[in-house]
Amino acid sequence: MIRKEKMTVVSQKMIAENIYEMILHGELVSEMDNPGQFVHVKAEEGIDPLLRRPISISSIDKKNNAFTMIYRTEGKGTKRLAQKNEGDSVDVLGPLGNGFPILPHHKGKRALLVGGGIGVPPLYELSKRLVENKMEVVHVLGFQTESSSFYMEEFASLGHAYAATVDGSLGTKGFVTSIIDDMDGEFDVLYACGPIPMLRALEQRFSDIEAYLSLEQRMGCGIGACFACVCPVQGDESGTEYRKVCSDGPVFPVGEVVL
Amino acid sequence: MNGLSIELPGMQLKNPIMPASGCFGFGREFSQLYDLNQLGAIMIKAVTTEPRFGNPTPRVAETDAGMLNAIGLQNPGLQKVMNEELPWLDQFDVPIIANVAGSMMEDYVNVAREVSTSPNVKALELNISCPNVKTGGIAFGTDPSIAKELTKKVKEVSSVPVYVKLSPNVANIVEMAKAVEDGGADGLTMINTLIGMRMDLKTAKPILANKTGGLSGPAIKPVAIRMIYEVSQHVNVPIIGMGGIQSAEDVIEFFYAGASAVAVGTANFVDPFACPGIIEELPGLLQDIGVDHISELTGRSWGKVDQKTYHRA
Repeated sequence: MIRKEKMTVVSQKMIAENIYEMILHGELVSEMDNPGQFVHVKAEEGIDPLLRRPISISSIDKKNNAFTMIYRTEGKGTKRLAQKNEGDSVDVLGPLGNGFPILPHHKGKRALLVGGGIGVPPLYELSKRLVENKMEVVHVLGFQTESSSFYMEEFASLGHAYAATVDGSLGTKGFVTSIIDDMDGEFDVLYACGPIPMLRALEQRFSDIEAYLSLEQRMGCGIGACFACVCPVQGDESGTEYRKVCSDGPVFPVGEVVL
Repeated sequence: MNGLSIELPGMQLKNPIMPASGCFGFGREFSQLYDLNQLGAIMIKAVTTEPRFGNPTPRVAETDAGMLNAIGLQNPGLQKVMNEELPWLDQFDVPIIANVAGSMMEDYVNVAREVSTSPNVKALELNISCPNVKTGGIAFGTDPSIAKELTKKVKEVSSVPVYVKLSPNVANIVEMAKAVEDGGADGLTMINTLIGMRMDLKTAKPILANKTGGLSGPAIKPVAIRMIYEVSQHVNVPIIGMGGIQSAEDVIEFFYAGASAVAVGTANFVDPFACPGIIEELPGLLQDIGVDHISELTGRSWGKVDQKTYHRA
């Protein structure tokens, strides 16, 4: 069930250039279910900034009623969020959307997790759950540069973790696809989250395997009422079929929506 | 009695608070969060004859104390609304105000004729002011004679009272209001969004794919209050006020200006519990003001300033 709660900041730290990791505590965590879901955060009371910010859930700690979100400071809202300290409260609405499916029949299979930039965080909880599901996970994570990269060690503790940076300062120079093209072996399932061009490239390369893509879109309400974040359905000739990224997604099976 | 129940043409309302059209879908999402029976009424999303996909994304952009949207009247079309959405909403004891939109006059007439036959639709809201559609929409809302004619035609076919949603994007709002009143409007809803734009600093292009969008939220509240103040003194039909309402205090301001009920729009996005929150707060505020009933506040600002109570600092 979706709840709105003033959650308490347990910790906040900058883990890469303009990238923050915030741990929040509250009852709302008990509602968090699938990796890949997100929360809608109001950084501050008042009307400036007015709207909430969608931020992905990067890990869930049910035992301690806490969850971690990793976000990039870009606009007014996330910059205010970055000023929060331990003990402060944050207005959180969530959990929202449907996450990545973890299917029992995937047990023992091989999964490829591909993340780009701020699309990397939700893959962390996913990876932990896949490992719990006795799957072999391989991560390919893309960043602009080494200073904006994060969680490489955390991912490496769960399975192979390859990095691609645009300037070559960490891992392979180029995009995630440069690594994937050179990789050995077959994968049974693909999970990806990142910018649309990256998802498009993956859709073309992996049209023959089971794949789930998590999309990002500007949102109004975050619950499916405002129709701000819709995307057309692939192959719909009427041109009227759609999915809402916030409530039908953000994760869609490959081929479902037009990227 | 909590001093909130009111009567409007076609409707008996438990309270004067309703979600504004386009900000509440058809209620399904919000019904997962709270009991919709708490609401005074529900203004459902605009309905057109055929299903509409709307505009390309991005469709929203934040502004200082507000937001721009260019959804483009996305909706599942008249038949689906009649067969699925309205029957679903019938489980709630809440009057529905159906927002009617179209590209041509015939579209409005067709949708109005049919949607007004639904048992829970107690009134129509003519959407002649949507700034985000290429044809129809705002064209009907900026020409007084066209607006009057459209109101007349819809009135002829509608089985329920017709409210007309006025656009703030006109030079003379009173002239528009009088024109639709002459056309037979039973009430007015005002204001719709103000046309605006924002640019992306990185690309130097408009953020919205539609380039322009409708500005809503607290940023437009003073404009809405001014227009309701002007119009309410020149028409004899009730006004449902809207434009940046976020709190019970805002509601009082709208009533002082001349509104008889209010709709809450963008605030539903900021806090999905905004409507029930305002409903809960209002009785206490009325008590503070010293009135038994909220309807006593409509148009309180119209009277001349009492010089005796005016003290220069």
